[in-house]
Amino acid sequence: MNRALLSAAEKVELAREAGKRTHHFHGGLRLRHNKKISCQDPVIQPPLPASLTVPLLQHIGDVAEPFVSAGDAVLKGQAIGQCQPCATIHSPVSGTVEAIENRPMGHPSGQAGPCVIIRPDGREQWTGLTSIENWQDANPETLINQLQNCGLVGLGGAVFPTHTKARDGRNRNIHTLILNGSECEPYISCDEMLMREQPEKIVLGARILRRTLGAERVIIAIEDQMGAVQKALTRAADLADCKSISVVKVTTIYPEGGERQLIQVLTGLEVPAGGRPSDLGLVCQNVATAAAVADAVVEGKPLIERYVTVTGNGIAHPRNFKALLGTPFSHLVALSGGYTDDVARLVVGGPMMGYPLASDDEPVVKASNCLLALTAKDIEAPQPEMPCIRCGECARVCPATLLPQELHLQVRNGLWEQAQEYGLSACIECGCCDFVCPSHIPLVDWFRYGKGQQRERALEKTATEQARMRFENREARLLKSKQERAAKMAARKQLLQGKAAQQDRIKASIARAENKTAKPGNDNPGTGEQGKLPDDT
Amino acid sequence: MTRNFRTSGAPHMPPQNTIAKVMLQVLLALVPGVLAYSWFFGPGILIQIILATLFALLFEAIILRWRGRPLKPFINDYSAVVTAVLFALCIPPLAPWWISCIAMLFAIVFAKHLYGGLGQNVFNPAMVGYVVVLISFPQAMTSWLPPLALAQQSPELMSVGLLASLKIIFSGTVPFAGGWDAITQATPLDTLKTGIEAGRMVPEIRNTPLFGDYGGMGWEWVANWFALGGIYLLYKRTISWQVPVAMIATTVLLSLPFWLADPDSNPFPLQHVFSGAIVLGAFFIATDPVSGCVSNRGRLIFGVGVAVITLVIRRWGGYPDGVAFAVLLMNMAAPLIDRYTRPRMYGE
Repeated sequence: MNRALLSAAEKVELAREAGKRTHHFHGGLRLRHNKKISCQDPVIQPPLPASLTVPLLQHIGDVAEPFVSAGDAVLKGQAIGQCQPCATIHSPVSGTVEAIENRPMGHPSGQAGPCVIIRPDGREQWTGLTSIENWQDANPETLINQLQNCGLVGLGGAVFPTHTKARDGRNRNIHTLILNGSECEPYISCDEMLMREQPEKIVLGARILRRTLGAERVIIAIEDQMGAVQKALTRAADLADCKSISVVKVTTIYPEGGERQLIQVLTGLEVPAGGRPSDLGLVCQNVATAAAVADAVVEGKPLIERYVTVTGNGIAHPRNFKALLGTPFSHLVALSGGYTDDVARLVVGGPMMGYPLASDDEPVVKASNCLLALTAKDIEAPQPEMPCIRCGECARVCPATLLPQELHLQVRNGLWEQAQEYGLSACIECGCCDFVCPSHIPLVDWFRYGKGQQRERALEKTATEQARMRFENREARLLKSKQERAAKMAARKQLLQGKAAQQDRIKASIARAENKTAKPGNDNPGTGEQGKLPDDT
Repeated sequence: MTRNFRTSGAPHMPPQNTIAKVMLQVLLALVPGVLAYSWFFGPGILIQIILATLFALLFEAIILRWRGRPLKPFINDYSAVVTAVLFALCIPPLAPWWISCIAMLFAIVFAKHLYGGLGQNVFNPAMVGYVVVLISFPQAMTSWLPPLALAQQSPELMSVGLLASLKIIFSGTVPFAGGWDAITQATPLDTLKTGIEAGRMVPEIRNTPLFGDYGGMGWEWVANWFALGGIYLLYKRTISWQVPVAMIATTVLLSLPFWLADPDSNPFPLQHVFSGAIVLGAFFIATDPVSGCVSNRGRLIFGVGVAVITLVIRRWGGYPDGVAFAVLLMNMAAPLIDRYTRPRMYGE
């Protein structure tokens, strides 16, 4: 049966079977895991750093407007910035706002942006928290508002505001909530540690999220190499007496932690191009988001900390931290025994999709799941790029079933229409093609560039369209006013002509009258004067 | 205490494969076939491989310098060596030295670099070189040797050793009484073709000692060893299964009805497979990624096309074998096939 040919409704029905058996997605890579090195020690909460840098943009959306200014005292958990409809930003500590200034804000672009710099006072004094303890009876809309006020975003790395996803889901008839616990990139272990240490919280968060969406089932997807995790989560679900939660193991193939790939593995269905998982009646959330949801609703705690893995061959003692947002990475590195001598590159995220850091001064943000320190040996000297020999390895591993070798040429030669047709926008930038390319072509770099160009072209097109419309509207306006003027003039002309005609008639009647009076002779002298009167009017 | 680092785009894991590694895999996979070839037909093939390789590298270096390209990465990628070895495997083992020179000139300079170099060539360079000399110098290109075993048994045939091979290749004179006639013999495919045209029946033709179990004597074993190398490449995923499977399956399936209908004038399907260049072509020549198809369905069509054209040439054409022509013709069709066999994108 070709599942791609089913109708939308049939797909939704089929998606209800999610997780009953697992499927495959196209391509992918089996990579060395390298997760164990950071899973040896339990997660610790680092001591307070000297100062925290809290960026006002930690989500997909606009930069938040700060409520505070330099010199203000803030409490732990106090809202310090917000923008509608984005996620709220909170102070992770109690202390004083030192400044609000532009600093590198933990964004893949490395760009600086407005950040609130807070010096902690060490008292860790909480602001008043509002929790919803009887969430089982609460209105889903109240719960969603709570998520927004607590600043929740997707913690898997995409940082899409959770409340937006939940609200969208409410309108879309969601039947299954998928919790993504398959962190497929090598080295990263923060989700695995969270699932080991706080399975109850994840299950609680799953139940709350299920209520906000009105979903029937919850599937927690974990990797088949996480043995202890399955037991812990299943026990937590049993304790909560929650029959609707099932834990499903999926084979560890990169990039199956990608939302679309995970959905394909669990349902055998593909999210329609340009569509969203909700088209199949599914919503995906990260397990860490679920745990944060539990904190936010039951305890009222906003999102001010997250699990972060500090790992790699460039770190002396790799481990996981429960770090406050805004903590500089250098603080965590120091607590992990510092760098090794041959450290060469810092990456936030995994080795396949992570972005490089220019300085370890940058803060932990909502999106930071892992700090990876790679050694010179790990990254090797870049080899020279060779021409493409069309070996097709890239197409074999592409999880989006694209033809990277063709796309690469199209992007390189600026054939944007063709690139669009060959699915440039469907590329998920997983890096599989790059990794297998024998010619060492930086394919993902080219695709990112191509997508940027396409965005720019789209903007340009909109701008041209708007300019054209403005011009056409102006032309229409001018034409209309010209026509109106012409009509007015015509009307006036007619009026004047009308008047002239009337005068002609009057003149004519006067003339007739004069003739009349002239014919019988001058026996009636008064009429001559009367007859002249109209001429004076 | 902050520390700065150099940045670079993801992925942060260096690629594992190189073009040189791919080409070396191919060369490694050719070793058993080449050894079998020289075991059955004498050391001439080894001399031809060395000659062709030297000419290929020489022309590659000259044209790279001429085009202002760096020498080192392109000489070290072994692609010219693969072209040279594949070409050498197609020509008679005692062909004169200038055959290699002319063929490599056309393969490397014309077919490869004038189209833009590595990765840009429309046609398979080795086959271009081969076809140029095949058409231009038919006599030199049809002086084939019988298997050594046959030459030793037969009173009128001489077996050619290393020194004699060198002398023949470089001077063009045969150091035996009887000249070329004393050392050469028509290939099994040629014998078959002329035999059928002369009205003889296939079983009768096959009865001569020139033929083995399926293909030609010796030739079928060389083909077996090439197939072994090909299976190694499949296992290593250097080549994909579509082209060889499609090509060999089509050869069998297409010749089967002819043979069933008239076994006297049509060879047995496996004889087709184990004769000539079908096995070498299926695993090593038609699988050339640059001039072949990209998509899996496209590769299937490519393999089918090569087999069909080869069989048509063998049956009705002027040449005993047609793999080289078939590959070149399908090279031309490859971009069009790719256009119509684009795989469905995720979610499309």
